[in-house]
This record gives sequence, C-alpha cells and structure tokens, in this order.
Amino acid sequence: MRKRKLSRGAAVVGGGLTKLGLFKDRNCKDFFAEAFVEMADSIDKGFNPRDIDAIYVGNYSNDFFVNQSHWGPIIADLLGHVPKPVTRTEGACASSALAFREGVLAIASGLYDIVLVGGFEQMSRRTTEEVAEGLAMASSPYEVAAGFTFPGVFGTMATAYFAKYGADREALFNVTIKSHNNAPLNPKAQFPMTIRDFMNARIEKCRKKGEPVPEWRDEKDFLRDPIVNPPVAWPMHLFDCCPISDGASCLLLVAEDIAKNFTDDPIYLAGMGQGSSYSFHAKKNLTSYEATRYAAKEAFEMSGLTSKDIQFSEVHDCFSIAEIVHMEDLGFFKPGEGYKAVAGGLTRLDGSIPINTSGGLKTKGHPVGATGVAQLCEVWLQLRGQAGKRQVQNSNLRVGAAHNLGGTGGTCTFTILERR
Amino acid sequence: MAEKPFNDTAYEQFLNKEKIMGSKCKKCGALALPPRPICVSCFSSEMEWVQFKGIGKLAAFTSITVAPPYMAKEGFNRNNPYVVGVVELEEGVKTVARIIGVDARQPEYIKVGTPLKAEFHEKREGTETQMLLAFKP
Repeated sequence: MRKRKLSRGAAVVGGGLTKLGLFKDRNCKDFFAEAFVEMADSIDKGFNPRDIDAIYVGNYSNDFFVNQSHWGPIIADLLGHVPKPVTRTEGACASSALAFREGVLAIASGLYDIVLVGGFEQMSRRTTEEVAEGLAMASSPYEVAAGFTFPGVFGTMATAYFAKYGADREALFNVTIKSHNNAPLNPKAQFPMTIRDFMNARIEKCRKKGEPVPEWRDEKDFLRDPIVNPPVAWPMHLFDCCPISDGASCLLLVAEDIAKNFTDDPIYLAGMGQGSSYSFHAKKNLTSYEATRYAAKEAFEMSGLTSKDIQFSEVHDCFSIAEIVHMEDLGFFKPGEGYKAVAGGLTRLDGSIPINTSGGLKTKGHPVGATGVAQLCEVWLQLRGQAGKRQVQNSNLRVGAAHNLGGTGGTCTFTILERR
Repeated sequence: MAEKPFNDTAYEQFLNKEKIMGSKCKKCGALALPPRPICVSCFSSEMEWVQFKGIGKLAAFTSITVAPPYMAKEGFNRNNPYVVGVVELEEGVKTVARIIGVDARQPEYIKVGTPLKAEFHEKREGTETQMLLAFKP
C-alpha cells in the first residue's frame, strides 16, 4: 500500500480555549470570540487576522441544542472573515478533530497557507434528559431503537471488557481518581477538584445542614457510595461519565515553511489519521475500536513513529472504560493490560505515559464540538512547556498526541504533534 | 415470498410478524442482521432473506437507570431500570435488544454468556403497535 504522506507539512503556532462549564447567559459566538482572542494573544510574533485564508469549525449539534444551524457564516461574521470561506465539520464528539484535519489537508494541498481551525458547542440550554437524547442521535439507529443511551453503550462495552479480562467496576475508579488528580491543575477545567475535594465538600455540606456526616475510608469508598455516585447505566456511574459543558477552542495552523514567521517555537504536525466503524453490535470485537486502530495506524505510518514514541497523550475519556480501551487500541498497553496500567500509576502526570494531563473530558468538560481541538490545545501547550502546574516533567518532551472519538466510535481520530 | 427490499422497514415489518429476518449474500454467504442491501464482505447486491432462530447468548449488557424520554414514557426511571444488551446469535451474528426476565436492579448478578431466547415485545404508542426484539434467559 502507498505510504500516506502530506505534500506539505503544517504547524500549530497559536491556541485558545475558553474556561469550560455551563454558561446559559452567553452563546457560542461569545465562546468562540474568547477562544480566538486567547489564540491571537498566544502567537509569539503576532499575526493579522486578515491573513487567515479559510476557517474550519467543528460543531456537533447546535442545531438541536440551541435551534440554530449553519454556524460557519456566523463565525466568519464574528471574526470579520467575510467573504472568505468557512466550513463546518460534523463528526459528533470528534467534530473539531475533523476541522483540524480539513485545515491540515487544505494547507497540504497548497491551496491555503494560514487556516483557523476550532470548535464549539452549547449544551447548557437543554435539560439533562434532552442532552442525553441529543447525544444518542449520534449512535446507530439500532442502538437507539433498542433503548440504548450513550452511557449505556459504553456500559455494555465495560461488561464485555470485565468478562474478557477479569476486571471489575473498581478498576474504573482508578481512571476517575487519576483524572481528578490533574483537574485542579487546569484553570480551564469545569470541575477543578480531586475526588478528595468532592468528599470534603460533601462532608462540609452535611455538617452545615446538620445531617449525618458520611464516613468514607478513601476515594474508592466514596465512589462505591450510591448516594454520591449513583448508577447511570451499569456499570457506568455518575463519576464514570463526563459532564455536559459549553465552550470553544481554536488553533492557528500554518504551512510548515512559514511557521517561523509566527513563532520561533512552532509545534509541527507529525502524523494524523481518521477511522470509521460499524454499529456497536456489528463490531467483531466488543472490547476494541477499529476506528481508533485505523486512525492510529495511519498516524503512525505518516509520522514514522510508533506508540512507544508517544510521550503523553490526550485520550477520549467520555466514559472511564473508553480511556482504558482506547489506550489499548492506540498501542500504549496490550489488550487487557490498560486497567492494570492505570492501577499501577503509569498514566498519572508523573507516570511513564501521562494520559489526559488536562484532566480529560471527565473533569475538564466536554462541549462536544470543541473537544477535538481542545485536546490538541493541551498537547500544543505541553510541548511548548506552557502547561503550568500540570506540565509533564520531562526536559526532552518532544512528541505528544490526541485521540478523539465521535458517537459510540463511528468516527475516531489520532493526531501526533512534535517539537523539532 | 415476494421479494421485499433488504432494508430497515422490511426488517421491522417482519418483526411485527414475529420473525427475525436478515439477509444472506448469494455470492459469498455472509449474513447480516438487520439486513443489508450491499454485502460488506464481497460487495455483491444479490441478497436472499434468511430467518434467524432467535437463540443465542448474552455478549454484553447494561442496566439503564437514567432513561431517555422515549423510554421514560414506557415507565422506566431511576427506580425502574431496564436492561439492553448485545446478543450473539447461534448463526454467528450479533444484534442489540432489550433483555427481559433478568433483575435490572441487580445488574452485578447478570452474567455475560447467559443463554437467551428471542421474545417479541409489543410496544404501543397511541394506536400504533410495533414489535420489538427482546431476549430472555
């Protein structure tokens, strides 16, 4: 097979991400403007927004969430980009990873030199049940007809994983605890709290109300308590699931040969891949994502790197089990070994391969359309040594990656960035 | 049997007659449930109908406590969860279905690998009824 290479390379020279959370009194224009201003300020040598040749923005379903579609021109209007082209991409929770990919391809083709890529979503204006219904629209029609929800599909995968490898629900607690340990180090996080912080907050609340004060031995004991961690879709409980969020993200992508005009420290695209999959039930292997495997294979082939070269990665953790299975599919750990690696601390900020240094979707938040580029913002910051308190401590940090999943695995991307 | 199109509508019409019907590729023999108009193994579009026996085992499952609005209408909620799962049929294909006859409140005791048999589950919406595929031990 022909080796897939880009005709011209691309580099990230700036990035911006809003604080994530629930902001009913603002909208996606406000979010995108906030991310854009941060991105513009982050470009070391500055830039003129008039030089942007094209914009690609990912958005899953503001059509449903806020009854407004055709978001491309709204963003072009917001940024004074009119009449130049803007394109919206949709790949469910991987929508903005697709925007990034389109931006790279446009540069690689030689058509454009400077491209803005980003994403946004506003989920707070709908009730939790409506959001669940809106997200379920991104799973396969058969799953919806049978009564599956998003957490339900991932819960189902977890029972298959448990049966195959002998793991149990407690193994997933380690993912949640690890992600929450990174959360307070990220000022953009929706829930900047450790599990211990949640425990203390709950105890404080009970004391104030004069209710009996719960006694938990440790974080796992807290997560076992169905009062504070109720079931959503067995074995997924509240603390296995990412929150509903609003927010926006963006990156400035430029052709490799002009990157130094913007900064002395550009972060280059090393490889990228995208895959698709059959409906969940038609998967040959219920404990693997073939879309992720294909995306990773493409990205590794393009970059000439292997999974061993990835020093840290954002991994799509919409649900705790997803982080484990994806780490195995990406080759960070062997099938059936992912949960043991988390238990052994290998994916912690100080572990051998830190996973979700940002706190992941679970704690940072998951405004679905913004997530793919938000993950790449984290990788870009880490590689530039600008991740603050959550900076990976490695004096030779060179290669980082981001994995993004859409729907129940129908679209997956894997993107490798490097510092040269 | 008059040749119905190999699509979701025909699949549902057969379910209403309490038949689990899928497609079999005339060229390579690959089975699909629900049926497919194009074989994803050899890309032939020459299909024939095949009836599945409705015998299989539980490959994976979940018990859903936070129900979407259309399931809430059936009376499911935090206190009344329901089980759905992936069933591996004897014929070698998998399908998704409601799982009944198990205790949705105690999912920790439901076992992957449990033998299951198909049961047709009537769903009423206004005056319309639609048969849904369910499985039970």
